[in-house]
Amino acid sequence: MSTRPRPGATPALRVQDLAVDLGGRPVLHNVSLDVDAGELVGLVGPNGAGKTTLLRAVLALVRTRAGAVRIDGDTSRRARTQVGYVPQRHEFSWDFPISVEGVVLTGRVGSIGWLRRPGVDDYRAVREALDKVRMTDLRHRTVGELSGGQRQRVLVARALALRPRLLLLDEPFTGLDIPTQELLTDLFLDLSSEGRALLMTTHDLTGARHACSRLCLINRTVIADGPPQELTDPDVWIRTFGFRTGSPLLTQLGVS
Amino acid sequence: MLSFTEFLADLSNPLLTFLPKALLIAVMSSVVCGVIGCYVVLRGMAFIGDAVAHAVFPGLAVAFVLQGSLVLGGMVAGVLTAVLVAVFSQNRRLKEDSVIGIFFAAAFALGIVIISRSPGYAGSLQSFLFGSITGIPDEDVYTVAGAGAVLLLAALAIHKEIVAASLDREMARSMGLPVFAIDLTLYVMVTIAVVVSVQTIGNILVLALLITPAATARLLTDRLGLMMVLAPVLGAAAALIGVYLSWSLDLPTGGTIVLTSTVLFLITWAIAPKHGMLGRILPAHVHHARADVRDLDPVG
Repeated sequence: MSTRPRPGATPALRVQDLAVDLGGRPVLHNVSLDVDAGELVGLVGPNGAGKTTLLRAVLALVRTRAGAVRIDGDTSRRARTQVGYVPQRHEFSWDFPISVEGVVLTGRVGSIGWLRRPGVDDYRAVREALDKVRMTDLRHRTVGELSGGQRQRVLVARALALRPRLLLLDEPFTGLDIPTQELLTDLFLDLSSEGRALLMTTHDLTGARHACSRLCLINRTVIADGPPQELTDPDVWIRTFGFRTGSPLLTQLGVS
Repeated sequence: MLSFTEFLADLSNPLLTFLPKALLIAVMSSVVCGVIGCYVVLRGMAFIGDAVAHAVFPGLAVAFVLQGSLVLGGMVAGVLTAVLVAVFSQNRRLKEDSVIGIFFAAAFALGIVIISRSPGYAGSLQSFLFGSITGIPDEDVYTVAGAGAVLLLAALAIHKEIVAASLDREMARSMGLPVFAIDLTLYVMVTIAVVVSVQTIGNILVLALLITPAATARLLTDRLGLMMVLAPVLGAAAALIGVYLSWSLDLPTGGTIVLTSTVLFLITWAIAPKHGMLGRILPAHVHHARADVRDLDPVG
C-alpha cells in the first residue's frame, strides 16, 4: 500500500522521497505522503519512528538529505507562513506572564514583520482564531492558569491566527482526558471540513481510526497509507509497531 | 543619620558634584537593568547575567592596564563571552548552564591573571568588584545615558520577537524567526546593561540590579507589559533609597542599593500571598468571576 494517486489540484502538502538524517543516523527514508485540503490525516507509529522529525522537515526546521517538500506547490521555506504548527505542549513556557490573547497574537509575529506593530487585521485574525477554538471568553486569562485541554486549544488558536491552509499537529491528545480529546477531535474535523489540510501525529490508535479520514503508518518510512477502514491487513500494523502476531491490540483495532 | 532634606541639600552642594552624578548613574543603570532584567528572569537566564558580569572583568582589567576606557573594555569582553556562550550552547549535548560555567570562570580567571601583572592592583580590584561612587568621570554619565537609551529602544524594537522566541522556540523557528540571532541580541543587551552598571555597583553585585527588581515585579503582576514598567520603577526606587542611606550612614553604595532592593523583594513576597495579587485586584477580578462560571461548560 502506498500513497494513493489523487487526481486534480495541487495537494496542500506533498512530501516526495524524503530522507532525513539526525546526528549522522538515518531517521527517515523514502517518505512520500500527500495531504489534500479537507483531509485529516493521522500520522501513527511507535516512539522514534520519526513522526516529529517528519513534521519538522515539512517546516524546514531540519535539514533533509534527499527528497522534496512542497506546500501548495511551493518550497516549505517560502510557504511556511501558510503553515500552522502546533508543537507538543511541553515546548511552551507556560509560566510566562502573558494572556491567552497575547499568546495567540505571537502566532502572527513572523508575518507582522520586524519593527512593525500588529494591525487591525492581526487582531481580527486573533479574534477569529479564539472564536474557532471557543476560547474567546478566556482571552484575558493568564495562560499558566489554564487546564491541559484549554492550553492545547490556545496552541491551536495560535497556529490558526496565521489563517493557514495546512495545519501540523504534534501529539495534540497526549496527556488529555477522553472528553477533552473528543472536543479537540470535533474541532479538528470542523477545521478540515472548512477546507484546511490537517496532519497530526498521535499515539491514540483507536481515536485516530475513528476521526481521521486517512491514516499514515510510519516507521522510518511509510509502511501503509489509506483510509482507516482499508487498513485491515494485520501485517502492516505488525510491521509498523512490532506487535506480536495475535496481539490483543490487533483485535482491538479490528484488523486481526 | 541625615534626613532626606539634608540629603537633597547635599545633592545640590557644588562641592559634592560626585553625589548627584552617582545618583544619576545608579538610577539610570537600575532602570535599564530593570527592563532588560524582565527578559532575564522570565527566560531563566539569571546564570548568564552572572556569567556576563564576571566575564566583563578581563575587559576591565585590560582597559585598566592599557589606560583605556573601562566601559569599552568591559563591553568587548562581555559581548565576546556572551557570543561564545550562545554559539557553544547550540550544541544539544551540552546544556547552556555548563557552557556558561566554563566561560565565565575562564573569563574571570583571565581577568585576575591580567590585573595581577599591573602594579598596585589591589585598590583598583576592589573598586571593580564592589563599585565606587566617587571619581566617576563626566563622560561615563553620557556613556551610561547613551547606552541605556539605545538598549531601551532596541528592547522596544524587537520585543515581540523576543517574546515569541522565549515562549516557544520551535514555533518561533517555524515562523521563520532567526531564533539564534534573537538569543544573541538578548545576550548582548544583557551584557551592555551589566557593563554600564558595573561602575557604581560593582562586578559582583550587578546581578542584583538585573534580577531583583524584575523578580519583585513578577510577583506583582501576570502581565509582561506591566512587569516591564514595575521593574525599572522598583529598581530606580531602590537606587534612590540606597544612595541616600549609603550617603547618610556612610555605607558602601553598591551593597546598600542591593540590600534595599532585596528588602523591597522580601516585603513584596510577604504581602503578595499569591503572585499576581495586583493583577487580581484590578478589573480582571470581575472578568475572572464570569469566566469561572463559564468554565463549568467544558468547552469554555
